[in-house]
Amino acid sequence: MSVIGSPVSRVDGPAKVNGEAHYAGEFAPKDLLYAATADSTCPAGTIVTLDTRDAARAPGVLLVLTHLNADRLPYQEPAERVAVDPVAGAQLRVLDGPAILFSGQPIALVVARTQAQAEYGASLVPAPYDADPPAKLRFDPALAQPTSEAAAKKKRGPETRKGDAEGAFARAPVTLDERYRLSREQHHPMEPHATVAEWTGDRLTLWSKTQWVGNERDEIARRFGLPPANVRVINPYVGGAFGSSLRTWPHVTLAAMAARRARRPVRLELTRRQLFTFVGHRGQSEQHVRLGADPNGRLLATICEATGQTSTYEEFAEPLLGPAGATYACDDRLTRYKLVPMNVNTPCPMRGPGWATGLVAQEMAMDELAERLGMDPIELRLRNYAERDPMKDLPWSSKALRECYAQGAERFGWSKRPLKPRARRDGRDLVGLGMATAIYDSGRYPTSASVALLPDGTALVRCATADMGPGTYTSMTQVAADALGLPLARVRFELGDSTFPPAKEHGGSTTMASVGPAIQEACGAVKAKLAGVADGAPITDFAAVLRRAGLDRIEAEASAKPDDAMKTHSINGFGAVFAEVRVDVDLCTIRATRIVGAYDAGRIVNPKLAHSQCIGGMVQGIGMALFEDVEWDEHLGRVSNGTIAEYIVPVNADIHDLDAIFVDTREPLLNPLGVKGVAELGLCGVAPAIANAVWHATGKRVRNLPITPDRLLTA
Amino acid sequence: MTPFAYARARTLAEAVGSGAEHRSDVGHSTGTDFLAGGTDMIQLMREGLRRPARIMDVTGLAGLDYIDIDGPVLRLGALVRMSDAAAHPQVREGYRVISEALLLSASAQVRNLATLGGNLLQRTRCGYFRDPGAPCNKRAPGSGCPAIPGQNRLNAVLGVSDQCIATYAGDFANALLALDARVRIASDQGERVIPLADLHRAPDQTPWIETQLAHGEFISAIEAPTSFATWRSHYLKVRDRRSFEWALASAAVALDIAPDGTVRDARIAVGGVATRPWRLSAVEDRLRGRRVTADVAREAAQVAGDGAMAHGRNAYKIELMRRTVARAIEETGMVGGTAA
Ligand SMILES: Cc1cc2nc3c(=O)[nH]c(=O)nc-3n(C[C@H](O)[C@H](O)[C@H](O)COP(=O)(O)OP(=O)(O)OC[C@H]3O[C@@H](n4cnc5c(N)ncnc54)[C@H](O)[C@@H]3O)c2cc1C
Ligand code: SF4
Repeated sequence: MSVIGSPVSRVDGPAKVNGEAHYAGEFAPKDLLYAATADSTCPAGTIVTLDTRDAARAPGVLLVLTHLNADRLPYQEPAERVAVDPVAGAQLRVLDGPAILFSGQPIALVVARTQAQAEYGASLVPAPYDADPPAKLRFDPALAQPTSEAAAKKKRGPETRKGDAEGAFARAPVTLDERYRLSREQHHPMEPHATVAEWTGDRLTLWSKTQWVGNERDEIARRFGLPPANVRVINPYVGGAFGSSLRTWPHVTLAAMAARRARRPVRLELTRRQLFTFVGHRGQSEQHVRLGADPNGRLLATICEATGQTSTYEEFAEPLLGPAGATYACDDRLTRYKLVPMNVNTPCPMRGPGWATGLVAQEMAMDELAERLGMDPIELRLRNYAERDPMKDLPWSSKALRECYAQGAERFGWSKRPLKPRARRDGRDLVGLGMATAIYDSGRYPTSASVALLPDGTALVRCATADMGPGTYTSMTQVAADALGLPLARVRFELGDSTFPPAKEHGGSTTMASVGPAIQEACGAVKAKLAGVADGAPITDFAAVLRRAGLDRIEAEASAKPDDAMKTHSINGFGAVFAEVRVDVDLCTIRATRIVGAYDAGRIVNPKLAHSQCIGGMVQGIGMALFEDVEWDEHLGRVSNGTIAEYIVPVNADIHDLDAIFVDTREPLLNPLGVKGVAELGLCGVAPAIANAVWHATGKRVRNLPITPDRLLTA
Repeated sequence: MTPFAYARARTLAEAVGSGAEHRSDVGHSTGTDFLAGGTDMIQLMREGLRRPARIMDVTGLAGLDYIDIDGPVLRLGALVRMSDAAAHPQVREGYRVISEALLLSASAQVRNLATLGGNLLQRTRCGYFRDPGAPCNKRAPGSGCPAIPGQNRLNAVLGVSDQCIATYAGDFANALLALDARVRIASDQGERVIPLADLHRAPDQTPWIETQLAHGEFISAIEAPTSFATWRSHYLKVRDRRSFEWALASAAVALDIAPDGTVRDARIAVGGVATRPWRLSAVEDRLRGRRVTADVAREAAQVAGDGAMAHGRNAYKIELMRRTVARAIEETGMVGGTAA
């Protein structure tokens, strides 16, 4: 019987709870030293002088690196930019010169015998700055510039047009014209980013938090001018990342630089405050949405003009306008994408990158349009159901969004929803229901995997992918067990080592679709090899076969890559998210009391893990809708709530009834497993569903997320 | 963290003789700081916001963890853990506002460590105060107050000055203020008892002096007199999330209601909106002699914002405070199930 599709518990669960799972910062090679950085407090300008004498004399300090004494690294150019890097610009070269690009930029690195000594040393580096040129600190859409050609090549702005959207909007009998803002958000995974670097001659080993060991190896090799084979990156466990570990950030360079100079292994772990400035964020955004419709709700014009945020040194453009292009049928559409370059660290992908953000505006706007039409929000969406991808003008490979609306509505009890807002009251609470569509584009990458059949009767499967929490360890064990016909207990899957067969980034919900097929191929290959020596013995008896043949293992490696389905079809995951909120009528506090999501994510390899992914997305969506707000001081150019005590994420008491269901589908084209990817989809649509429910409860539209009590009170 | 010497006080004399500092502008001092539960102190030290040369750990002092309700006064030793005070059956029954204020503070883990004395003296959560890279008049006199023109959603509207608008963050003190509690203070000169109302100071022109405590003084106990009002008391807290978060606005209310349903005595204090625990005597006056109804509560609460001054994003606090106070009065009227 196949274990694919069964709710297997995490195979790495016991190791995680009994402490055997080691995270990057926990690796402690012999003679390990500790590092800490001093960071700029000025958002733009030049370091005038750097006095490191006190730091160098501090107890336990062995080394102080600054731009005055650090090695100049070659930073070789890649042949091609990887998808996890910004579309254009030049990365921050850490300790490479006196220029300051943002507040929080590391200006000195102190290496000491203990962590406390390193931190103390780092606190003793005064740095007067010459604050010139003036910093760019305001997120003002009027200062935005259209995205570049490099962004355009990736279909990220600056403009897409179909028909005459402006004309159609001007003529439309029913229109909506609103702006929606989403605050900057920070990933804040449980595990802070850390790197342990150790050199042996000209070979470098990094234990480093990353969603992509292979790219970290290549990237560090280029920065240091080393052959990639000289660098090994190891990271068996990732304590959450949400996109913040896709790129190789400057702290990895710092750890390697310091270890080389100190001639001893060095560990650099970021503090919570540094997670705001070292590793990217979901930048602020404003979306100006104009919708035109006929009285029956048919969309006549869709216009979305988005403004995002980027740094002054890199252009971070994301698929923010994906939803505006692909969700609903409409002949006249226009999207524009601009960015405000600011003296901030460069943003980076955060769960559901672009799509989740774009959906916030679009799905709130659709809700407002439904209100103007006096129409049920699902009905409005069904009337504009896209039978093919309107942006790419391609057929969908599979789409069961109608089923998502229907099954989600049924599970949630949508039919009992009054059309009018502020119609339900329970004691002091106003109760409201809202919904939103979810969509995320599915992808797949070429990937390799190996399988070794061992004399103890177990199979060892390897791939240089990662598991930041979705359950790669478990789902891949299932795929291999299924392909080999072995019980789960006889399969061990290893990941997170750049010497393993290569994989691409563990991001964009591509892992199942990419790694799964590679494992299937590798299992097929090893079975074929076994057959050659087995004399017809069943595969499960391979231990006996090995013994008879005098072999210590039978091993095979294989690759799998996408065909051109992604060119001939549009492949997306879909969903419908429903939320119930209760709003205290006077105090304006909001509780998201019930959320149901119904998803078309293709085949579900492990319903327990997939469910967990989706309810995790709901929790994050509650954060996006109600709490998470990186406050930016536009005079100082600093985050003014840069701790986890002041930057608020949901706590258990904020989480109530969450439920995810999967409509029974199978993706026919993307990969042989029939999957489309779950993780990003789980965040998509949650925040706008909650915002729409807040309107339904109160009759107030708060178009500025998160909807904090003050915003609701003054709306 | 800056290196420091660690000492554990064995006697009260040793503690008060250490010359511990309370002002907030002595981050770089060579002096001593008391360490109780450490839930605030260690955070401040890790961020480099306080760099004492010496830490005097007071948690080993014997005889300061009592909860004593004999007679007409509730006496709480300064080293009682927040969780223990909150869970004490007689506190829960007779001083509900105290128990509720504590239970609505922080998280279970923090409450298990944190002491009542330390709680009173926790420092503001103003994000600039907490950011070693930002200027702040409270930490570095004369460096400026970025909160006034900047991000001040959580800052105070009452008791502010042109130097500082930092909110007093604690909850427990607001409950104590409503109960007319007193604080027992030990020093090497002996002991003094002051009204809790006098413990905290508004920023005025010296925002770094946050309390009345002089160099070396130590809070040894808190005393709350028992009255009819303590029996009918309640704490309501409005915050961004449901737990583990300081107040946007909170209200501590104690009512003494006569058999005919009219208010004989009312004590009301607010939190989250002022630079120190803040009593609303004007609201109290409006309640006396009246029956508590939703309308009366709302009307009385209208004067809660008198004298308030907003700085932009925190303007909502004035109205939120009124609503919080009104709701708290109304709910207190219902305490014990007997609608007034
Ligand atoms: C994430 C988080 C959330 C929180 N949320 C809330 C909340 O919602 N409401 C709330 O009220 N609090 C909240 N707190 C604050 C918490 O309650 C305080 O940190 C705690 O009560 C301080 O007590 P402590 O014993 O740990 O004091 P410490 O951190 O040890 O000391 C605090 C200060 O008091 C001084 N001190 C301690 N004891 C005495 C004494 N007896 N005499 C003189 N000086 C003394 C110390 O020198 C220090 O300056 C929160 C804290 C955290 C970390
Ligand atoms: S409000 Fe007070 S604590 Fe906050 S920055 Fe201003 S001076 Fe500092």
